[in-house]
Amino acid sequence: MTKVLQRPLPRPTPESKPFWDGCRNHQLLIQKCKSCGDLRFPPSLLCPSCSSLETEWVPSSGKGEIWSHAVFHKVYHPAFERNIPYVVAVVELEEGVRMVTNIVGCAPDEVSIGMAVEVFFDDVAPEVTIPRFKPSKTEDAQVKTDEDQGPLPQR
Amino acid sequence: MSEKLRSKYCIAGIGESELGQLDRQSAINLNLIASKRALDDAGISAKEVDGVIAMSSSREGISLLSLRLGELLGMMPLSFILDLDLEGATAAAMVQHAVMAMEAGMCRAVLCVLGGAGKMKAGEPHDINEISQEEEEFYVPYGMFDITARYAMAARRHMHRYGTTSRQLGLIAVAERAHARLNPIATMKEPMTIDEHQSSPWAVEPLRLLDCPFQSDGAGAFVVVPKARAKDLKCPPAFIMGMGQSHPHREILDSASLTTTGAKVSGEIAFRMAGLSLSDVDVAELSDPVTYAVLVQLEDYGFCKKGEAGAFLESEGIELNKAKIPVNTHGGLLSCADVPGILHITEAVKQLRNGCGERQVAEAEVALVSGSGGVMSTHMTLVLGK
Repeated sequence: MTKVLQRPLPRPTPESKPFWDGCRNHQLLIQKCKSCGDLRFPPSLLCPSCSSLETEWVPSSGKGEIWSHAVFHKVYHPAFERNIPYVVAVVELEEGVRMVTNIVGCAPDEVSIGMAVEVFFDDVAPEVTIPRFKPSKTEDAQVKTDEDQGPLPQR
Repeated sequence: MSEKLRSKYCIAGIGESELGQLDRQSAINLNLIASKRALDDAGISAKEVDGVIAMSSSREGISLLSLRLGELLGMMPLSFILDLDLEGATAAAMVQHAVMAMEAGMCRAVLCVLGGAGKMKAGEPHDINEISQEEEEFYVPYGMFDITARYAMAARRHMHRYGTTSRQLGLIAVAERAHARLNPIATMKEPMTIDEHQSSPWAVEPLRLLDCPFQSDGAGAFVVVPKARAKDLKCPPAFIMGMGQSHPHREILDSASLTTTGAKVSGEIAFRMAGLSLSDVDVAELSDPVTYAVLVQLEDYGFCKKGEAGAFLESEGIELNKAKIPVNTHGGLLSCADVPGILHITEAVKQLRNGCGERQVAEAEVALVSGSGGVMSTHMTLVLGK
């Protein structure tokens, strides 16, 4: 039987749902401790600084810089075969938290540590938007979305 | 750790199963074979052992593995058991837990054993590990698979900050391969040149396939006893002079630095307990889940200054007969066998016994051993002596 491969998509938890809902609305939200004000990512139950369970969500500027990155040349999962070579990076946001993401809108060998980047919302499925990052001042229209990489392979 | 414990306990016997691609061997049999060999090597009967530490068995589908191994080895009843999984730091941690259990009076002789079988196909680098909800949600959707990618990011930061090169990392792989070629039990014996390393494909850039270990089956074991029991052993014991731990982070998102590891603090604790310093060390068996992990430990343990390991590898290096302190004389995870950390310990004991033949370090009296798990997240240090 031939079937289109499923791309692995995030399955939100109660703690993380506001983050993914925000992405769906093209807004990058960061979890903030209501008690001490510290920001944290990924979302978690309690604040590592003061142990408070009270949290709120605040918008990030969506701007940051590349803390480190790695280039995938080898297929670990067939749904990513069409993206090879692709860049996985840790981006440090202006607000101080780091997140794992992809760098899009430039060639892998143009990516470097310290490079200024900003968020690009990739609507990969009707209900799911994944926040990737592109070099600052790149127009969204210049960025290849996941869809632009061609169809998912059939197996 | 308290200096009062210096050399109060020792590794009395060591054992290894066959290593490599062992199609018809079960994990439990490899654990049993390594255990039997360690007991025979020590000249200690199974009945005398009343504590067992095994690697936590969720990976092998056997719960309470330490207890089952004790049962199959005829050690019942046991008075101390522990199933433990700190990834590549597990074996070095076992030594520490064995000492703690005996010091607390819970048992008199502890068997430590670790190994597995049939996990992956031979010749493949590390594949997708068991993943957590957090990883599935915040790593995998971006195509970030495999521990190698995290190490690649760590290596990239060192390269960016200090100008370290892939070729310098390659010198570690080449030296370990040269050592493996002198080790009868090593699984990777094809010669490797630096040019071959440089032309090997990317695992995850900037790490190449030859910067990573290849999966292999196998098990190792050792027996820990108090010094008082060491008088009539079959082989000379290796005394546990110093031990330490340090755990700077779990995930790279929360790490202060991927260019310094727990080795620095863990090493200071262990050397203080031992009353020694790096200049007393004759041979080092350092955790090598990838080449970069060795490079950064050379700096953190003080073989050279921070940021200078690349140049150090080009000058003094880590190879037998060239380096002041040869590193990973058995070939390490990279070229001996990818059995988490325990072969580093058995090799250190062999070196201290002057039992390494062609790869023997002359007059080896003090050995430094490390273990690390995660992405240089958890770190263990042992200082062993004659």
